[in-house]
Amino acid sequence: EHPWSIAEKRRIRDCQQADIKYLSGWKQWKRTSSKSLKKVLSEVKELSSYLELWRHDIHSIEGKFGTGIQSYFSFLRFLVLLTFVIFILMFSFLTLPSIIAKYGIFNSSFAESPPKNTELHCTVYTPSGNQGLVYFYTYLKDLLSGTGFLEMTSLFYGYYTIDAAWFSILRYNLPLAYLLATFAYLALSLLWIIKRSVEGFKQNLVHHEDQFQSYCNKVFAGWDFCITDPNAARLKHRSLQYELQTDLEEERLKRKIADRTMKEKLRIYSLRIFINIIVIAVLSGCFYSIYRATVFSQENSNDVGNKNFQANLFVQYLPSVVITLANFIAPQIFSFLITFEDYSPAFEIRLTLMRCVFVRLANIGVLLFSLWSQISHCTTDKCKACGYNYELYPCWESEVGREMYKLMIFDFIIILAVTLFVDFPRKLLVTHCSCKPVQWCGLQEFGISDNVLEIIYGQTICWIGTFFSPLLPAIATIKYFIIFYIKKISLIHTRKPAARPIRASSSNFFFLVVLLIGLVLAFVPLGISIAHIPSSKACGPFRSFNTSWAVVPATVLGFPTGLQQVLHAIASEAFAVPFFMVICLIMVYLIALAGAHKRVVEQLREQLALESRDKLFLIRKITEAQR
Amino acid sequence: AYKRFSELLPKEERENACSVRVPKSQILKLPELRANPFQHRICHVFSTSDNGDDSMSFEDFLDMLSVFSDSAILEVKSHYAFRIFDFDDDGILDRKDLEKLVNCLTGQGEDSQLSNAEMEQLIQNILEESDIDKDGTINLSEFQLVVSRSPDFA
Repeated sequence: EHPWSIAEKRRIRDCQQADIKYLSGWKQWKRTSSKSLKKVLSEVKELSSYLELWRHDIHSIEGKFGTGIQSYFSFLRFLVLLTFVIFILMFSFLTLPSIIAKYGIFNSSFAESPPKNTELHCTVYTPSGNQGLVYFYTYLKDLLSGTGFLEMTSLFYGYYTIDAAWFSILRYNLPLAYLLATFAYLALSLLWIIKRSVEGFKQNLVHHEDQFQSYCNKVFAGWDFCITDPNAARLKHRSLQYELQTDLEEERLKRKIADRTMKEKLRIYSLRIFINIIVIAVLSGCFYSIYRATVFSQENSNDVGNKNFQANLFVQYLPSVVITLANFIAPQIFSFLITFEDYSPAFEIRLTLMRCVFVRLANIGVLLFSLWSQISHCTTDKCKACGYNYELYPCWESEVGREMYKLMIFDFIIILAVTLFVDFPRKLLVTHCSCKPVQWCGLQEFGISDNVLEIIYGQTICWIGTFFSPLLPAIATIKYFIIFYIKKISLIHTRKPAARPIRASSSNFFFLVVLLIGLVLAFVPLGISIAHIPSSKACGPFRSFNTSWAVVPATVLGFPTGLQQVLHAIASEAFAVPFFMVICLIMVYLIALAGAHKRVVEQLREQLALESRDKLFLIRKITEAQR
Repeated sequence: AYKRFSELLPKEERENACSVRVPKSQILKLPELRANPFQHRICHVFSTSDNGDDSMSFEDFLDMLSVFSDSAILEVKSHYAFRIFDFDDDGILDRKDLEKLVNCLTGQGEDSQLSNAEMEQLIQNILEESDIDKDGTINLSEFQLVVSRSPDFA
């Protein structure tokens, strides 16, 4: 393709048509077939873009609010697709075979052999379903907290108490399928996120090296040509002006920092250390309160007693409430503290964001850790024989699944409640009441980073919880679907656009990096539960094994000896250490190569500058000679 | 696209839409161009009219749409962007062009323009980043190089 006008292109095409007569038959056919192939491909691409979910909605948001906010909604769309695919995976490999086997459709049956080599008391499990007449609100309470009638449904781990299912003659190894499906969805999420972030990573790498290109980028590529609304255009003008002025000021600030004296540096560093200590103190306070709340909730929700409905529900939801409060208060404290640390504005934003990410993700970790300390808390000998607290938690995986389910439901309720009870009344107040303090408060901006951290938090819960509750991705998909429409309506009606713009390209990469951090953080609890904590003997597919991981060695022992030896060789040290060393060597080589390329680029730049000086010199000589 | 173009014409001339030229004032009513600070330059660059009144025929309209669409390659877009930013049509971007460009971006009002000192600093930085042969202006290849490394251009 070339930058010519249509009239010129028409002329060239006529020339080419005239030339065709001189070509042989084979070349003619090749040319016409390649043209029609190109046409077919472009039509297919256009049709497939119609299949994209929410294409029109996101396009209109882009037109009204710019590409920064649009990147948030595209990210949400990506998460909807990801959770839907995970749900399909878990449903087709776990839930469907279990349901078919349990109801005996298609000539199937299942084997539920009692575990050998375990004490009898470990295997007793009576889910407290509802018997007799119950009040209506019990159903509501059960729905919200995952107990009662929900406990033995396919929502939770306890339903899958099948050791093997038989479909006519085929034997379906459900425990192995459960474990492999878990690994599959984790690997799928990892690969998909990495694939999406590769383009952003390349740009970011180039961006980092050419940090001095930021001005050109802003000036030449700053105007968002998708804006169609004059109001939005005015805001874009202002935001561009603000951005350019901030950058220039930041440059002046950097020069000032470079001129700092030793005494000032000492003062600022000691202030920073002090503030970091305060930050760590705040974090420890959050973690401790979550730990206490979880312990309290577990102890008090286990005596069924005659507590009234609301108190019981509140106790059940106490950890979720504490986590949400911590997630709300900690960022406010951080953004207040960072004003004292005297960093450059861009670094301030990034540091606050990193701290908020850490708070949100570590809160989930602390919740799980406190749950585990409760579960593995063993005082009697009988308890030690089972390996976990069998009295309170005969089926501890369902319990963990229940906590994740409660967290997800509560997160969803909070998002709904904040939109309904905070945003809309605020908008009504601002439009109808014209007193000074209200107008000064004004409408809220659409904080992209806050909203993104919210959905990444929800997605991490989904990843951790799917092992314990295989239908959780379905709930997550529906939740994201509804959140899309809620956020869109809230954005259009109650928000004013942000004064400080965020670049679309770097935001996409940032969202995916934080999502990746969440995924890696989800690996840790899952790894510990699968490989370290003994699986419950009273329910679930791993009853006959010590830990959930033990099903893999057991299956490997069933393979032919040749394959077994190969697998043992791969897992042994004799293979792993040379493999690791080879990977290190390759990395060192690639880094050296990149450094060499950079040096070549520098030299070529200098050469270009010299060439232009030669050119000027020659032009001067020519003009002198002409005189 | 033909439909959009013919909507811009008054009723009588709709049948000959292929051969008629639409005056500039009508083109600027398009929603995509209405809010664009570069609207006059865009009309000027894509118009092939001989009498300099920047009116566009259907072919010019198609040209414009194809360059701005998602499927145009970077080289085409950067070539036309260079022509749009070149306010005095001399084939290079010098200081005056850059100054006008920045003023277009920040808005037309009195208080929305950068101060002289800031403008100087900004233009100095831009030239430092993109002027490879250090002649004080940006030519087409330097512009294309800078734009190819910019992730937001498309």
